[in-house]
Amino acid sequence: MENSIYLDEARDPLIIAEGWMKDGKDVAIATVVETWGSAPRPVGSHLVIDADGNFHGSVSGGCVEGAVVSEAIDVIDSGKARMLEFGVADETAWQVGLSCGGRIKVYVERLG
Amino acid sequence: MDPYALKTLNAERRARRAAILVTDLGDGRDRIVREGDHVAGDLGTAIARAFRTGNSGSVEAEGRTFFLNAHLPQPRLVVIGAVHISQALAPMAKIAGYPVEIIDPRTAFATPDRFPDVALHAEWPEDVLKRQPLDSYTALAAVTHDPKVDDFALKAALDANCFYVGALGSRKTHAKRVERLLALGASADQIARIHAPIGLDIGAASPGEIAVAVLAQAIHAFRSRGLDAKGAAA
Repeated sequence: MENSIYLDEARDPLIIAEGWMKDGKDVAIATVVETWGSAPRPVGSHLVIDADGNFHGSVSGGCVEGAVVSEAIDVIDSGKARMLEFGVADETAWQVGLSCGGRIKVYVERLG
Repeated sequence: MDPYALKTLNAERRARRAAILVTDLGDGRDRIVREGDHVAGDLGTAIARAFRTGNSGSVEAEGRTFFLNAHLPQPRLVVIGAVHISQALAPMAKIAGYPVEIIDPRTAFATPDRFPDVALHAEWPEDVLKRQPLDSYTALAAVTHDPKVDDFALKAALDANCFYVGALGSRKTHAKRVERLLALGASADQIARIHAPIGLDIGAASPGEIAVAVLAQAIHAFRSRGLDAKGAAA
């Protein structure tokens, strides 16, 4: 386990989101707010997305990021936050799928 | 998320200070709470717990659902003294999740050969701590037995409110140390925070066992932050 005592600014999603904001980009922030079972990323993890679909960070091991990015672009347009749920019990889960068998809840909101 | 909240949060994180982003999941409004800020009621209790554990999560309070995202700085351990105990302590602390730095101006002790894979400074604590100041998410263990090396770092650790301060030496040695630290301007309350003799009392005898006792004491201090006035009396 490698723990850096300082922020890894080049890879830190919230630092990147702030940089995008300063560049005048529209940004959405997705946050894991709940997990059940073997979820790959802990509660509090972030994925940040710009209006062009560029993203940094992760809310799963790559399983649902694509779906979160497309929802995030809608959130940037509408300004309305959304709560997304992914997991084996969910219809969409079979399509975007958490292969680990866990379930996660992801809150997606616009910055500003 | 409020852009101002994001800027504030990132500034706190860069400065290695703890902060919690509190988001009302009903209306999306958010705010930053810093460690030590007073928040009343059930929400305040949940926030205090999140600062202590570092765990994020949802909480029901005042008929609303809040998400608390806890951002704690990475806790770390600074060891003054590249001695036998430090050779055992460095890998153990790293495994436990506490990155280690070792400072010892005595170049015969502070060699990469004796300390592979550790951030090692063969310099005086005065010089290293000027570049990389101590803070409240740093533990300091002074284990050289040499006042010339240990004392400055101990005083700096007390002033920076390190979450753990430990010093190797018998009660008699520590009594003399207390006199010196008072002369350096430390208050009696500050000095009372020093764990000396160092380490939990597990009857540790070998350098490896003493390292276990020191690491356990530092972890206890970290996990009981804010639970009593003294921080962590072990």
